[in-house]
Amino acid sequence: MFKRALDEAGHRAPVAFFFDGTAMVAREGDSVAAALIANGIKAVRHTPAQGQPRAPYCMMGVCFDCLVTIDGAANQQACLVAVAPGMSVCTQARAMPLASASKGAQ
Amino acid sequence: MSLLKQCDVVVIGAGPAGMAAAARCAQAGLATLLLDEQQAPGGQIYRGITAPGIADRRVLGADYWHGESLAERLSQPSLAYCPRSTVWSLLAREGAGPGVRWELSVSHAGKTELLQARHVILATGAQERPFPIPGWTLPGVMTAGAAQILLKTSGLVPSGITVVAGAGPLLYLLVSQLAAAGARIERVLDVSAARPWQASPAAAWDFLRSPYLGKGLSIVRAARKAARFERGVTGLRITGTDAATGVSYRRGGRERHIEADTVLLHHGVVPNVNMARALGCEHVWDPLQRCFTVKRDAWGTTSVPGVAIAGDGAAIRGARAAELEGEIAALAAICRLGGMPATQRDAAAAPLRDALSRWTRGRAFLDALYRPTDENCIPAASTIVCRCEEITAQQVSEMAMQGATGPNQMKIFLRCGMGPCQGRLCGLTVTEIIARQRGATPEQTGYYRLRFPTKPVTLGELAAMPQTEASRYAVTRLPPTR
Amino acid sequence: MSKETFDVAVIGGGLVGLALAYGLGRLGNRVVILDEGDVAYRASRGNFGLVWVQGKGVGKSAYSNWTQRSARDWPQLAAMLRETAGIDVSLEQPGGFQVCLSDAEMQAKVDQMSTLMAQPGIDRYDYRICGADELRQTFPGLGPDVVGGSWSGLDGHVNALRLFRALLVAAQHYGARYVPNTPVSRIEQGDGQFALHTPAGVFRAGKTVLAAGIDNARLAPLMDMQVPVRPQRGQIIVMERMPRFMSHPIVTLRQTDEGTVLIGDSLEEVGRDDRVGSEILATLADRAVRIFPALASARVVRTWGALRVMSPDGFPIYAQSRSMPGAFAATCHSGVTLAAAHALHLAPHIHAGSLPESLSPFFMDRFDVQTRA
Repeated sequence: MFKRALDEAGHRAPVAFFFDGTAMVAREGDSVAAALIANGIKAVRHTPAQGQPRAPYCMMGVCFDCLVTIDGAANQQACLVAVAPGMSVCTQARAMPLASASKGAQ
Repeated sequence: MSLLKQCDVVVIGAGPAGMAAAARCAQAGLATLLLDEQQAPGGQIYRGITAPGIADRRVLGADYWHGESLAERLSQPSLAYCPRSTVWSLLAREGAGPGVRWELSVSHAGKTELLQARHVILATGAQERPFPIPGWTLPGVMTAGAAQILLKTSGLVPSGITVVAGAGPLLYLLVSQLAAAGARIERVLDVSAARPWQASPAAAWDFLRSPYLGKGLSIVRAARKAARFERGVTGLRITGTDAATGVSYRRGGRERHIEADTVLLHHGVVPNVNMARALGCEHVWDPLQRCFTVKRDAWGTTSVPGVAIAGDGAAIRGARAAELEGEIAALAAICRLGGMPATQRDAAAAPLRDALSRWTRGRAFLDALYRPTDENCIPAASTIVCRCEEITAQQVSEMAMQGATGPNQMKIFLRCGMGPCQGRLCGLTVTEIIARQRGATPEQTGYYRLRFPTKPVTLGELAAMPQTEASRYAVTRLPPTR
Repeated sequence: MSKETFDVAVIGGGLVGLALAYGLGRLGNRVVILDEGDVAYRASRGNFGLVWVQGKGVGKSAYSNWTQRSARDWPQLAAMLRETAGIDVSLEQPGGFQVCLSDAEMQAKVDQMSTLMAQPGIDRYDYRICGADELRQTFPGLGPDVVGGSWSGLDGHVNALRLFRALLVAAQHYGARYVPNTPVSRIEQGDGQFALHTPAGVFRAGKTVLAAGIDNARLAPLMDMQVPVRPQRGQIIVMERMPRFMSHPIVTLRQTDEGTVLIGDSLEEVGRDDRVGSEILATLADRAVRIFPALASARVVRTWGALRVMSPDGFPIYAQSRSMPGAFAATCHSGVTLAAAHALHLAPHIHAGSLPESLSPFFMDRFDVQTRA
């Protein structure tokens, strides 16, 4: 559970985006992972081998646990992508289907 | 912002080492390209330095704001800084002129471009040491570095019941920063073994004379005021099935448990070696820091000609040392490319080396004090060691007994190390488990053989790269006998 | 110094060595497997996992027949390994395809198969030249560049990494001892025994089987044999896991039982250089994307370069020493496909003490024209 700090730099504009179809708000400059964490999201995917829930772990592009589908593109590292207005972020179940790029969210 | 097709020096990584190296090279008039996969410069230690998420400068501390001066030096005519650019391959090519040229594959905005450089400076930095304990893969668990990133770039602090566990000086820094930002840390569980006065008397004198003493003590004081610390913690494990619910541990001979919804783990940092390894740079095991470091000379030159390395990506020595190493590697590059005679290079490096020895002076003591324990490097049997493929410590040690003598055989037998993180989170643990099982040293046991791509790229990006007649023939000819 | 004497010493712990060690162990031999260390060339690591018949044997019908026999006996090997080692190697033999992206490739394939089936001594098998439409029915999502291909019912694939582990565990079940970090420096024969000198001491055995891949060339003369093999590099691209979208393997592109996708098949003569090169990876990637356009957005997790063990004519070498009876050598570049033949048919011959006439097409004396001084 995370909240915005008391001394947060307040000049950062709000950014509206979607997570699994639900509208959410983050701040300009947030990575997608930070945006999800700020909105209280716990698990962002399930593992391909055993279907276990996973969430962002390192926040710096090393652990690959924060993989989500962003605007139809699968297996994006949420901690390396900046959240943008209208962005559609979806959780990933196990392995992503091959045609997800054209079909959009599962 | 476009990528330079050709440059004199390419610097990979925009942390303190990279920023300093690139700035110094550009200052000397070399066409310099600084590439980094993050959105903004600063690496991890100065994360968010150009657009911080925290307004009050006291929260992050004076050391952090030193990064501003580095970022300012990036605005120079000869310096092209390209964020969101992932270098995933580096190959040596025979060039038209003397010496090898380097061809880089850089992925930017979903497309890969090929760039050429005469000289490479790696500044690929550090990562958190993997800290495998039962339950470490659960949602609600993240590294101390992750919490710092959330604070620095997004102004986010943990709000529920938060437990911090691990060892190392950064633990104190994290706690003091989070507390200053308004987080309430329920407990700090310290797993380090040594008592300060036992750690390393020889190194203690150096520590007392180093810059670390003063600032270190004040950070420790602030941290201890902010949270309740417990020392001598063993048997650490995180409870919960779909998410973390708490932390169990042993202390003072008793089993204890704290409920928590956020657990922050930290056990030191280690070099992020994937790029250096894929390039074939020789590595050396550091028994004190219990990690592999890159073999390099006093100028940062690795065992691969034309490739230098600076900063924590080579060996952990901290941000200020990284900056100085970056400057020194830059001087060597300038000299090598003909922009400065060796005498001038040596003279310019002298004061940098003095400063470097001041900044590294106290480290041996810290390294001894916070040397990772066996328990925290070689986890309990049921602990997941390879997060990507979900392989446990028990599976690895059983296979080591059955004949897997090293991590590469282990990969073949168990798939561990074959996931997208390319061994970053399991490599050290697997090497230590095998070494322990087989009665060998980690040096003898070795590490994963890493190759390019150092980060996953799409097949489409790979397909769009140049082919040759020779490559087409090598693939399409149908050998009559197979 | 080892005081133990074994029935058979197998030099080499790759797919050939392990299959033979397992086969010999099953027959009651006490086997020691002498293997190199963790960072050795190890052609087996670069295997593609195919159990493949189609197209092999042009120029030597016996090779096609030997391969067919192995493919037919593979289910038996899989069942035995499942029972003995408790490991399911996920053998699938649904038939396999080659996919062609140009008329020239199609013609070459047609010619190859008709040449093969017309060879004297060939055991003919069913195959079909397919048009693009038929391929699209088997593979939804096939790209527009595909002009056609070929199919054969004998082809399939297996989880080769699990095969590796299964063979080792099964061999150990029969008492085989696996000793890594023991490169062999010297071989002596005397008193009906071989003495193999390694850094870990001297191992003695009644028989020796050389299955050391690229090192066969160097070690074979120590036992009065000639195994003239050279390294031939192949590069492989490994993609991330995906839900099953391929029902059959394609010879250059297959999806493993774990969902990962392998792309391969390049041939280069570059000596002992197992690095990867961007141009070949680009060509491999380009062809894969033309076969399955949807793969363009999937991610490459890893690339491999591995050195095949290639004989002068590309066919296996099964050799026995003229002057040192009990010394054998075995090498091939299809260790997965031939694993059944090696374990179930070659091992018994070695156990019996000599290789039969039926294997003479693979003897080393076929190279004598070149090696005669």
